[in-house]
Amino acid sequence: MSDLDQFRRETRAWLEANCPPEMRKPVTRDEDVFWGGRNTKFASEAQKVWFERMRDRGWTVPDWPKQYGGGGLDPAEAKVLREEMAKIGARPPLSSFGIWMLGPALLKYGTDAQKAEHLPKITAGLIRWCQGYSEPNAGSDLASLQTRAESDGDDFVITGQKIWTSYANYADWIFCLVRTDPAAKKHDGISFILFDMTSKGVSTKPILLISGKSPFCETFFDGVRVPKSHVVGTINRGWDVAKYLLQHERAMISGLGDRSVGRPLGQIAADSVGTDGQGRLDDAMLRSQIASFEVDEAALSCAAERAVDLAKAGQGHPAFSSAMKYYGTELNKRRYEILMSAGGADALEWESERSREGIRPRAWLRTKANSIEGGTSEVMLGIVAKRILDLPGA
Amino acid sequence: MPLVLTEEQSMLRDSARGLISDKAPIAHLRQLRDGKDADGFSRALWKTFAEMGFAGLLVPEAFGGSGLGCVEAGVVMEEIGRTLMPSPFLSTAVVGASALSRGGSEEQKSAYLPKIADGSLLTALAIDEGAKHRPLHTALQAVRAGNGFKLSGAKAFVVDGHVADLLIVAARSAGNAGDRNGLTLFLVDPKAKGVAIERTVMVDAHNAARITFDNVEVNADGVLGEVDGGAALLEGVLNIGRGAVASEMVGLSEEVFGRTVTYLKERKQFGKLIGEFQALQHRAAQLYIDIEITRAAVLKALQALDNDVDKAGAAVAVAKARAGTTATLAVQEGVQMHGGMGMTDQFDIGFFMKRARVAQELFGDSNFHAEQLAEGKGY
Ligand SMILES: Cc1cc2nc3c(=O)[nH]c(=O)nc-3n(C[C@H](O)[C@H](O)[C@H](O)COP(=O)(O)OP(=O)(O)OC[C@H]3O[C@@H](n4cnc5c(N)ncnc54)[C@H](O)[C@@H]3O)c2cc1C
Repeated sequence: MSDLDQFRRETRAWLEANCPPEMRKPVTRDEDVFWGGRNTKFASEAQKVWFERMRDRGWTVPDWPKQYGGGGLDPAEAKVLREEMAKIGARPPLSSFGIWMLGPALLKYGTDAQKAEHLPKITAGLIRWCQGYSEPNAGSDLASLQTRAESDGDDFVITGQKIWTSYANYADWIFCLVRTDPAAKKHDGISFILFDMTSKGVSTKPILLISGKSPFCETFFDGVRVPKSHVVGTINRGWDVAKYLLQHERAMISGLGDRSVGRPLGQIAADSVGTDGQGRLDDAMLRSQIASFEVDEAALSCAAERAVDLAKAGQGHPAFSSAMKYYGTELNKRRYEILMSAGGADALEWESERSREGIRPRAWLRTKANSIEGGTSEVMLGIVAKRILDLPGA
Repeated sequence: MPLVLTEEQSMLRDSARGLISDKAPIAHLRQLRDGKDADGFSRALWKTFAEMGFAGLLVPEAFGGSGLGCVEAGVVMEEIGRTLMPSPFLSTAVVGASALSRGGSEEQKSAYLPKIADGSLLTALAIDEGAKHRPLHTALQAVRAGNGFKLSGAKAFVVDGHVADLLIVAARSAGNAGDRNGLTLFLVDPKAKGVAIERTVMVDAHNAARITFDNVEVNADGVLGEVDGGAALLEGVLNIGRGAVASEMVGLSEEVFGRTVTYLKERKQFGKLIGEFQALQHRAAQLYIDIEITRAAVLKALQALDNDVDKAGAAVAVAKARAGTTATLAVQEGVQMHGGMGMTDQFDIGFFMKRARVAQELFGDSNFHAEQLAEGKGY
């Protein structure tokens, strides 16, 4: 038996013994996701137990080095763990922008001191991070951002406004793009800096989404003093860090809508649409829409798997995460259009116990942001045209 | 018949637009939603609607209405679609008035139609029982009892069900779910014993209800049209409703499109107006074409309904199927092209997305109508 088979056997047995049954059910409510952080509460005992067991094994972030509280798994082992978790429908024990976005950027660009300071608090779920990139006039054109950081001795003094900052009102720290050299060309005067959201001069104002929920904010900085040692990478070279982080963010978003767990769409549809004598969905058009969706979904998971393997083999294209982000998010929107169609009138209820407070329509509306957040579909296609296809003028 | 509005119809459009844009912009819907208004629409505004002759638009002149047709009803619905005004116009002035004037006895017509026209009576059509619109699958039971019937079963997605003064209920008096024969329409007093109405708050903040019937007694006068032979009447009334909803979706699509094009001319990124990017220009142009094609199909259907309701089925199926896909595309493009702004509740565009989803489902979605078309053509 190969080492990997051995690892798979042990992993399966460990998960079987340690993942509470409640944590094997699909995530359906906001509280089902554990984000960590200073002010966090567990939604249930099972969530706590599962988090702690995984944390102690280093598996909140299995592929980070052990010295930072990760699992130290190589890519092949990490894949096995993902597969085994998917097989039993195990929920991620911890979700966070620290894991998906900041961590990879720190591992590549951070100093040893920065890594030692921040990474263990991410793997242990102690600090919750938010992302201060977008501004009112810098969305797709992120590099035109205007939030100023003025040098004052050992500190920067930061003034400006961010917008669409997801969970800024719950976050403990922010990774933020600021302009440190207003005279330089737009990509050249940006720095990537970290600071505590409780710093003097930081305030947030929640924005209500069309789903009726309010997971993002306007974030204001009024003379926030931050030590220069909190800059990640080189001062004025923050765009490199920002772009690298975006690749990870995009790869993460492309995998949204967790394809491996939950019931197949056709079965969900059959609940509300019904079946004919032969057990076929009683709506031929919907049936064919679901079937063609599932073809694309299955193919996309192959592409996602291949993208990881290509990267490991050193053959990946750094911009490919944009291609995956585009396809994955458009597909997830399609999935929810199908779910709405399948749910018919039942899926239109917004406030009732029966509809669990409109869980489906709210989730449907939320997916419309997938092709906007982390860079819009149009921007993704632009990147593919320019960086992969090298088209003239793109 | 030319596929353009007549001068009178254009005037009707202008007066409807004037009233609706003035008295019921999106802010009106927002206010009703946020205030959790018990009626879900403005009674004062409905009164004004009646005074302007809109409530009785489809009511024959002999019963106090203006005796106009589906094209005119569509003209008003389109304006309603532009501001998403919540109004009993669809449930009462379109569907209720059509059901009563097409299926009602002289007594029934004189009892109800004048009240629809003067705005004092609201009606609601109760058909759907499952998640999807399947009128022939009606299973709510009508059992003969004495000189009348007893109704038992449940209805869902009843537009204006919780404010209606009169329910028009599709029931099965013979045969099995799925059969065309054996359907009967009944007029039911919502206050009758055994009727329980639960308002359902919907994603689009428009009215709908679930209604259960527990051995509700209806006497013979309560039958609308023929016993067991109600399918044709129901289909005609539904087709009129579908034409009206399709018109609303055309108005909605055009409004979202207009707002989006305006935004393309205002929002700057990369030192340019985003409308300068050809990727967006082409999609805007495609959407324009899509809406124009749908608009033509919808007007054709409305004219066909005015010609002969019983022969308008195919044209209506095309119109409602198209309107559903066009509105879906329009709202998706609308949100996407507004970027983060489009995702906020504060910005109106999301209201259109929500209403489009409900209108898509109402009286059969695009899949349902494409299927109807296929069946009608025998394949
Ligand atoms: C739910 C949600 C959560 C978010 N969370 C965060 C967060 O935590 N932190 C953060 O910093 N940001 C966050 N964002 C912001 C997100 O990254 C921006 O919304 C996004 O980058 C688009 O910017 P914008 O909203 O300004 O749209 P704009 O850039 O104004 O775009 C408007 C439209 O123009 C199109 N467009 C722009 N340029 C071009 C072009 N060159 N060619 C063709 N089309 C173009 C866009 O694709 C879009 O359709 C979030 C957004 C959402 C919706």
